[in-house]
Amino acid sequence: MLDTEPNIAAPDDFYEALIDAHRGLSSEQSALLNAKLVLLLANHIGDFGVLRQAMDKAREGIAPA
Amino acid sequence: MSIDYQKLALDYVRSPDQAAPRPAHHPVVVVGAGPVGLAAAIDFAQQGVRVVLLDEDNTLSTGSRAICFAKRTLEIFDRLGCGERMVQKGVGWNTGKVFFRSELVFSFNLLPEAGHHRPAFINLQQYYVEGFLFGRAQELPSLDIRWKNHSLDIRWKNHVVGVIQGPDGVEVTVETPDGEYRLHCDYLVAADGARSAVRKLLGHESKGQTFRDRFLIADVKMAAEFPAERWFWFDPPFHPGQSVLLHRQPDNVWRIDFQLGWDADPVAERQPERVIPRVRALLGADVPFELEWVSIYTFACLRMERFRDGRVLFAGDAAHGVSPFGARGANGGVQDADNLAWKLRLVLDGSAPDALLDTYAAEREFAADENILNSTRSTDFITPKSEASRTFRDAVLQLAKDCAFARRLVNSGRLSVPSTYADSPLNTADADAFAGPMVPGAPSADAPVRVDGRAGWFLQQVGSDFTLVYFGGGGKMPAEHLQAFCALGEGTIPVRTVIVQPSGTKPGRIGGMRVLEEDGLVTQRFDAQPGTAYLLRPDQHVAARWRRFDPDKVRTALARATCNG
Repeated sequence: MLDTEPNIAAPDDFYEALIDAHRGLSSEQSALLNAKLVLLLANHIGDFGVLRQAMDKAREGIAPA
Repeated sequence: MSIDYQKLALDYVRSPDQAAPRPAHHPVVVVGAGPVGLAAAIDFAQQGVRVVLLDEDNTLSTGSRAICFAKRTLEIFDRLGCGERMVQKGVGWNTGKVFFRSELVFSFNLLPEAGHHRPAFINLQQYYVEGFLFGRAQELPSLDIRWKNHSLDIRWKNHVVGVIQGPDGVEVTVETPDGEYRLHCDYLVAADGARSAVRKLLGHESKGQTFRDRFLIADVKMAAEFPAERWFWFDPPFHPGQSVLLHRQPDNVWRIDFQLGWDADPVAERQPERVIPRVRALLGADVPFELEWVSIYTFACLRMERFRDGRVLFAGDAAHGVSPFGARGANGGVQDADNLAWKLRLVLDGSAPDALLDTYAAEREFAADENILNSTRSTDFITPKSEASRTFRDAVLQLAKDCAFARRLVNSGRLSVPSTYADSPLNTADADAFAGPMVPGAPSADAPVRVDGRAGWFLQQVGSDFTLVYFGGGGKMPAEHLQAFCALGEGTIPVRTVIVQPSGTKPGRIGGMRVLEEDGLVTQRFDAQPGTAYLLRPDQHVAARWRRFDPDKVRTALARATCNG
């Protein structure tokens, strides 16, 4: 079950670190970084049901271009 | 003297059928003398079914084409009596390496355990495969007595131009250099390739997804020091932005497969002045080579909706098409033939109902879906269709170097493995607990055995007929078991029994049954215990298994496996 309740102890620190990770990167490089991040986190989670829920949640509200 | 299979022209011989006042009748006509049609025809002939094989041409494969033949296909070729010749000539390999840009990101071993007769793959030019199958077909006993009692009759330059199905057979119109003639058969097997004439004549289509990409095959002859491994590059410096595959074939021929992209000009790109610089970029300027064969191809993943239409059975590329990544085309097709031959034989001799042929379609449609799914996924990884897809692909390749999980995601082709027909109606569901992959519907594992004191292989001892594999455990065989084994061998559909015993037990036979001695790998791979019994189909797939042998249960499972239940 995908946990969408707060689970990160220091949310502002995490958010800052996430934005910092992209510093100095082109859009293309940022996309690559994000992709690597998604893959690393997906493997860490492992549970395909949870991953599927996360993909569906992320896709919500985004209409095909 | 060795035969030049690339130049071999087979003689068109006028058949007496061509002068017959009425269409001559044959039980089975196979259309297409490629790997699938030849394998099917040999299987029929070996099983005693008279068969006519028609081919529109009189040569073998032009160019090397399908070069990767999988372990399961080799095991089928072993059963057909020509596996050893293929393996002797072929280049065996188990290892694949994947490079991203100029770095090796990982290597994989497709057969990491010992104790198998055949390697994961051999590479062998398709013209050799066809040539060796043809050679085997010619060896079949009684072939030389034309029209008396020979069983396999191959007719070159016999082009099928008409197919009409009736309630009791199929009428085939065949065009030859001497004009047209007609044949009548109980069943027609269409193994006539991706552009199947039979399929078109019956108004069927093979539908699916066409990929917008072009690839260049350059077979080059050179004395090179690369190992016999499958090397796959994503975005290499010598061919930026695209993929390249390098593979060794016999006779110092190397397959190089360059992705070109959809915009490439298929006519210009096959010219030597375009091809040679691409090869040089890979090999270096100072490596001498000759171009052996060049081809530009595109591909599609597609299949017919049904592999059976009445008395016509479709097999190989006629029935389904896949991308080449994964070597699932010819391998899948040979497995079609393997599935079909025994079923058609039982239906023809009246010991199984026609419904058994529906299971050919169902099992091989399932297998085709598996092959199409795998080859489509490989294609999507190799040729990403969107920016996001390419980004994830590159992310996987970057992570693969030091993250084991990402290596599992790298997809340069999921190489052909046989299907397990887990949901087949021919299976008898397990009533006892078993572990491991030898579930009902699975193809049998191989393992070393000794027969009459001589080293051999398990798979050489089973197949072509139903086989009961009984694990004796070295104990004394109950007399009622032996009587039951004998009775099973004398049924309408005979079941041969082989007894697996631990090494050191007395070799030879027990009550007329063949005994296989082994050191534990058969037992391990079948998760067997003393008293375990497996019923194997003629195509070596598992039909049923039990912890305790009960002849009534074997008979019930046999009936189920032949649609007599």
